[in-house]
Amino acid sequence: MATLKKDPAQEVTRVLERYNRNPARMNEILQDLQDVFRYLPREVLQEVARQTHAPINRIYHIATFYKAFHLEPRGETVITVCTGTACHVRGSYRTLDMLSERLGIPAGGTTKDMKYTLDTVGCVGACALGPLVIVNGKYTGHVTAEKVDKLLKEIGANATASE
Amino acid sequence: MQRLQSKQALEDLHQHLQAAREKTERYISVCTGTGCLANGAGEVLEALRREIDSAGLDVDVKAAGAGLIRGTGCHGFCGQGPLVVIFPEKIFYQRVKPKDAASIVKKTLVNGEVVNRLLYKDPNTGEPILHEHEIPYYKGQKRLLMSANGHIDPKSIEDYIAIGGYQALAKALTEMQPAAIIKEVTDAGLRGRGGAGFPTGWKWADAAKHESKVKYLVCNADEGDPGAYMDRSLLEGNPHSVIEGMIIGAWAVGATKGYIYVRKEYPLAMDNATKAIKDATAMGLLGDDILGTGFSFNIEIARGGGAFVAGESSALMASIMGQAAEPRSKYIHATQSGLYNKPTVLNNVETWANVPLIIKNGADWYAGIGTKTSKGTKIFSLVGDVKDTGLVEVPMGATLREVIFDIGGGIANDRKFKAVQTGGPSGGVLPESMLDMPIDFDNLAEVGSMMGSGGMIVMDEHTCMVDVARYYIEFLSRESCGKCTPCREGLRQMLDILTRITRGDATMDDLALLEELAVVVKEASLCGLGQTAPNPVLSTLKYFREEYEAHILEKRCPAGVCTELIHYEVIPEACTGCYLCKVRCPVEAIEGKPKEIHKIDQSKCIKCGVCMDVCRYDAIKVE
Ligand SMILES: Cc1cc2nc3c(=O)[nH]c(=O)nc-3n(C[C@H](O)[C@H](O)[C@H](O)COP(=O)(O)O)c2cc1C
Ligand code: FES
Repeated sequence: MATLKKDPAQEVTRVLERYNRNPARMNEILQDLQDVFRYLPREVLQEVARQTHAPINRIYHIATFYKAFHLEPRGETVITVCTGTACHVRGSYRTLDMLSERLGIPAGGTTKDMKYTLDTVGCVGACALGPLVIVNGKYTGHVTAEKVDKLLKEIGANATASE
Repeated sequence: MQRLQSKQALEDLHQHLQAAREKTERYISVCTGTGCLANGAGEVLEALRREIDSAGLDVDVKAAGAGLIRGTGCHGFCGQGPLVVIFPEKIFYQRVKPKDAASIVKKTLVNGEVVNRLLYKDPNTGEPILHEHEIPYYKGQKRLLMSANGHIDPKSIEDYIAIGGYQALAKALTEMQPAAIIKEVTDAGLRGRGGAGFPTGWKWADAAKHESKVKYLVCNADEGDPGAYMDRSLLEGNPHSVIEGMIIGAWAVGATKGYIYVRKEYPLAMDNATKAIKDATAMGLLGDDILGTGFSFNIEIARGGGAFVAGESSALMASIMGQAAEPRSKYIHATQSGLYNKPTVLNNVETWANVPLIIKNGADWYAGIGTKTSKGTKIFSLVGDVKDTGLVEVPMGATLREVIFDIGGGIANDRKFKAVQTGGPSGGVLPESMLDMPIDFDNLAEVGSMMGSGGMIVMDEHTCMVDVARYYIEFLSRESCGKCTPCREGLRQMLDILTRITRGDATMDDLALLEELAVVVKEASLCGLGQTAPNPVLSTLKYFREEYEAHILEKRCPAGVCTELIHYEVIPEACTGCYLCKVRCPVEAIEGKPKEIHKIDQSKCIKCGVCMDVCRYDAIKVE
């Protein structure tokens, strides 16, 4: 496992101070920490437990409960397919299948080289544009198989990443 | 920002701001809701600003105290975005690109001419339509809650005050006793917009009854239904209307503190609500001694972590208290002991936004809109296979046909209507025979669906009903918090059976078991998630049973969706050998020479459907 670029103790202290060390804000505290590390490394969660004197299982309970949290490192580029109902009936499952095929990873997976993570989300409220793919926060609407390949080209992922 | 000390001070400010607005009646409203932003509305806004500046147009208007251009919340016509509306005429431009900014400024603003290519064309007649209010999509609506979105900058409290905002609050605080407010809301017949349609007035009365120094209010903006986004658009486009509703509610029940629980995926709603709270507090409309009346109430934002069950009231309160969002049994009502064991009133965003309207215009006015048992309007997110998608606000009692065909323009791509799903994952799927049913809480429940939060997903003939049921059960089984067995295990088994049906591996006994399980999960689950989870299965079984049977008995997916049961084929008579599908096939599964009939190699085909999408001669069929 790669060593963390930022110091867990320091970052945890900083985020906890932001919320006056109020345990009721644990959800937000973990979200902010995830923004710093891009996922929630075990060291960070342990540090949160240590500093808040909360049992580690309580921290894990929250970190594994909400979908917003990731316990595994994420790829540099996150490709998110909306699988909300509106996008689903317009065929987003096909988009997801195709991306999964092209990148050689299942939904939720990350390529070995840590470049790409394929993720899903349930509706971001842009249903009129469905099927929708979000690449590093940028939306592409009315996605077709052709647009998938164009998107992959734009982010430098060649279609044979799986091979 | 100047603090308002009295009702009169608010009235004076309103007069002043309104007068300023009237002086500058020419302005451009650019929709910057999430849908339009995703379509590039941010760049359009910038381009328009630049053109206006370089044409020197903004000078006069700025002197009058307002900007010529306004980035507003969601207008609701998301399918046609980015949207630009030019006031006072309400000239409506759609699908605007940054490069159109120059023509809009030069032609329309300077010369008073219309840019024809940007006009909306009636989907059925092809006729261009000039004004917003003449467009069928808007004409059929009654936009009590949504209309302000198009006129105000959600980040400007002055805009909200200019259009009469916070007057209902002033009236409530200075002219009405708490009991009178509760009576007004009860008489208006307001029912909760977040789920089951519980009468809001009753909930408030119950919370008011319990003595406590500390009471809480919660605004539920979790909006977990995948396919609904009206709550986000309200909070994003008109946050003050929600806040005003909450303060009135706080006065009515004696609450001291409120929370707005927003999901993480809604950053813009969070930003706009945060700014609105700050501004309202600075102006003395929120916080201590509101409008000099001595009444105090604070609001804080709580950020959700993305879990469908977190939208359930008891789970949501657990989440606000920093726990995992697990629901609890409700033998004690939250109105008696909710957040931190204090009396708590929890209502949905849209419910709160209705409150100022009722207080301002009176219960009789409000009760005059809608059906016998469901009053007022409801916002639906009309999405899926419909021509015009977006947010649609109609009076309760409008029919599904009016919404889908008159407002939404009917089914896209010249296909046929098959079904409409309402109520989100807890709702049901309704067939064509239900199209003329007036939509209200009770009618929908009676036919096996529900109002839910107002998702309305239109499905055409190419949608497989078993796949839809599977989709929802998969969603719900993933989202089940796991606390109670019927929901956790029952949904998993139901999913397993449904998956096997879609693969052609199930028997009629499985179908019987599926129905049995559905009843158990419905009856025995702890919270609303499990209790309503079987609805998509039960309703599709009720109205589309033959489709289940086709999958099981004939190993066939009539809609051509379930990948295990379909394959694509070239129709030899129609194929011109144009080469297009061969070039586009992502896995090189199509063989054929130019001008000769092509063939699909089934062993390579991944069933992505590209060939069918690109073929210009309808020469690909799915079996
Ligand atoms: C699984 C589940 C999810 C829910 N999600 C939401 C939601 O996202 N938004 C919402 O307002 N209500 C949701 N509800 C309904 C709430 O529990 C509650 O009834 C509602 O927010 C009360 O407000 P109202 O009376 O104004 O409708 C959900 C209920 C269940 C059982
Ligand atoms: S379902 Fe994809 S944005 Fe709503």
